[in-house]
Amino acid sequence: MIVYLLTTFLFVLGLYCLVAKKNIIKKIIGVITMEYAANLFLILVGYKARGIAPILTKGASKTEFVTKSVDPLPQALVLTAIVIGLGTIALMVALCIRLYERYGTFDMSEIRRLRG
Amino acid sequence: MTEPDEGMTLIVKTIGRLVLNFILLFGIYIILYGHLTPGGGFPGGVIVATGFILLMLSFGRRIALKKFGDLAASLLDNLGALAFLIVAFLGFVGGYFFLNFIDRGTPFDLFSAGTLPLSNIAIGLKVSASLYGVFVALAIFGKAIVGGDRTGKGKAEGEPANSQEQKG
Amino acid sequence: MNHILPLFIAFPLGAAFLMLILAKLWRRIGGLFAFLISLCLVIFSISNIGKEPSIYRMGNWPPPWGIVLVSDGLSTLLLLTISVIAFLVIIFSLQYMDRYTAKPKYYALFMLLVGGMNGVVLTGDFFNLFVFLEIASIASYALVAFGCEHEELEASFKYLILSGVASTFILLGIAILYSLTGTLNMADVARTIGTKGVNSAVLFCTSLFIMGFGLKAALVPFHPWLPDAHPAAPAPISAMLSGVLIKALGVYALIRLIFNVFGLSSFISSVLMVLGGLSMVVAGLLAIGQDDLKRMLAYSSISQIGYVVVGLALGTPLGIVGGLFHLMNHATFKALLFLSSGAIEYSTDTRKLSLMGGLSQRMPVTTTSATVGFLSISGVPPLNGFWSKLIIVIALVQAGHYILASVAVLVSFLTILYFMKVQRNLFFGDLPAKLAKIKEVPSLMRIALVVLAIMCLAMGLLYPLLSSTVLNPARDVLLKGTAYVQTVFGL
Repeated sequence: MIVYLLTTFLFVLGLYCLVAKKNIIKKIIGVITMEYAANLFLILVGYKARGIAPILTKGASKTEFVTKSVDPLPQALVLTAIVIGLGTIALMVALCIRLYERYGTFDMSEIRRLRG
Repeated sequence: MTEPDEGMTLIVKTIGRLVLNFILLFGIYIILYGHLTPGGGFPGGVIVATGFILLMLSFGRRIALKKFGDLAASLLDNLGALAFLIVAFLGFVGGYFFLNFIDRGTPFDLFSAGTLPLSNIAIGLKVSASLYGVFVALAIFGKAIVGGDRTGKGKAEGEPANSQEQKG
Repeated sequence: MNHILPLFIAFPLGAAFLMLILAKLWRRIGGLFAFLISLCLVIFSISNIGKEPSIYRMGNWPPPWGIVLVSDGLSTLLLLTISVIAFLVIIFSLQYMDRYTAKPKYYALFMLLVGGMNGVVLTGDFFNLFVFLEIASIASYALVAFGCEHEELEASFKYLILSGVASTFILLGIAILYSLTGTLNMADVARTIGTKGVNSAVLFCTSLFIMGFGLKAALVPFHPWLPDAHPAAPAPISAMLSGVLIKALGVYALIRLIFNVFGLSSFISSVLMVLGGLSMVVAGLLAIGQDDLKRMLAYSSISQIGYVVVGLALGTPLGIVGGLFHLMNHATFKALLFLSSGAIEYSTDTRKLSLMGGLSQRMPVTTTSATVGFLSISGVPPLNGFWSKLIIVIALVQAGHYILASVAVLVSFLTILYFMKVQRNLFFGDLPAKLAKIKEVPSLMRIALVVLAIMCLAMGLLYPLLSSTVLNPARDVLLKGTAYVQTVFGL
């Protein structure tokens, strides 16, 4: 149970960082933290105490594999989610570089042309 | 000797030259054995991309871009995605999109599991080229916004099918 | 087994990558390719109308294990809307995008956007939904920033951060749902929830999804990104984002999950109706004060999405038909209005209402089509917007929600008010000296505008035909609720 609470704490920490910090790099770090908290949660869903890796090797007994191996699906999902996160982060960082080029600052409170 | 901005010191260059081949070999191994051991197209592709990034860090951008230019990276990137889609389309040979139409072979052989190794190779190509492209775009040009994100999306497109097959 | 279904996703994605390779040989190939592919998609989606609900097993894996694509009335309606609007927007961009560089990249991103939306609409698997959602979203972030100027970058960054949070909420919801049910197939999840009953964990998931998809649909407490992001994009992209993206990613995904997976309860229904009502009123009031044409249109999008959500959340047959019809209508007239704003910007190089006037003398085609759009969105009788709003109001009165019904009527007057203001500032009055030399836009752009204007009129007049072929099957899908399970497993 405590691990789920810690995951929630990580998630909220990311949300706090996103809301409270003005520097856009720190905001990105907040988004990443939130994303990884969600990924961690997904991995924990498939966790099994004393489980084995869900990889069938030559000569392993199938019954032991079925009863003991952890759930492989969340791992596949997390891999995909990480890849998607990577794409998003690459775009965010690229946008940051461009924003710095245009505005000369990383401070979100100074990047304020749009209002209303 | 080289000019000061051409990469790092001699020590780094020598070690880098020695290690680079092993990194690439390991990446290719991970890609090719993806259907048997942990790994697959994405991790292997990342390892191959780090090999090229090491090349660029240690030898400077001029030599690295001569070996593997950004145009080649974007071309391979698109080719990898297309190859993956072609594998998916070839499933129509057996009547279904994404059908594993090749004979599965005996388990635990290198040539087994039907189309899985093919899709792994396609994804590996895509991921290695696009990660290197992202690195080049962010580190050197600092401008290629569209290049940076396009690659990310392609992988997002390639991976779900991967997870889908692991699921099946 | 309907073999067209995977092509809806594979064609645009394949075209996007092929286009980028071929564009190195011949630079103009992007537009041609995008035109052909979107024409294909229109033909496919029209041929899909009226077919029985069907599923497609990817790689021939049966439903609970493999990914399935599900085509029923609701997805057919959304596919038709997406492909028709995308086709017309591509025709418009062929000449509009001459102002920008890197056209192959534009068309490639556009195709990824379309592919992602088609995927969201077709898929029957939770995680697949998330992946396609992200493909479409990432393409839209890049397209919003396409101009690379101050405003575009800032808007795109805001959109990216807020939308990233929404995606995380959706991912968390999917994770919790997986831990509860042990499956990712939507129909299987619906079956498991049906046997186990709805507990507080499922309600928590529902609230996460309402937050996530509500943010993508820009319902009012979650709306602040939209008035920045939609005006900043190039005009054709604004038309795509406002016209179909917020509906496919936000409204469609939300109603699919709430009606077909979780089952509509009166509590969820009232939450959605409050959100919808708030969107109508708040965004309608905010739209009045805007001086930027596209920003006003963006606010009006939020307001109209409020109508759609209220109609659908009502859950009665009439309300659902009204909501779905308004969804299609809004796609048509909002695409028309954003394209008109693009045409005006193309000719005058400004979006400020206070700097314009008397355009009707110089741009007769744009004036006529934009006027049709304005009348339609304000709900003037023979046009389509009137009928859908009328149906929603009647449904609200029938269900006894008199306050919400009167709010809907009042917001409709508000809409007339602010579009009257636009009309007066744009097309009537004196032509400023600065704009004396402007010309009407090129032919392909005019064609797109005229076709959309005719569609606005035709959808109003041909409502009976539309309702029997497209709207009623979609309504039945939503009304039957969790009978979605039988559609997926019974075939």
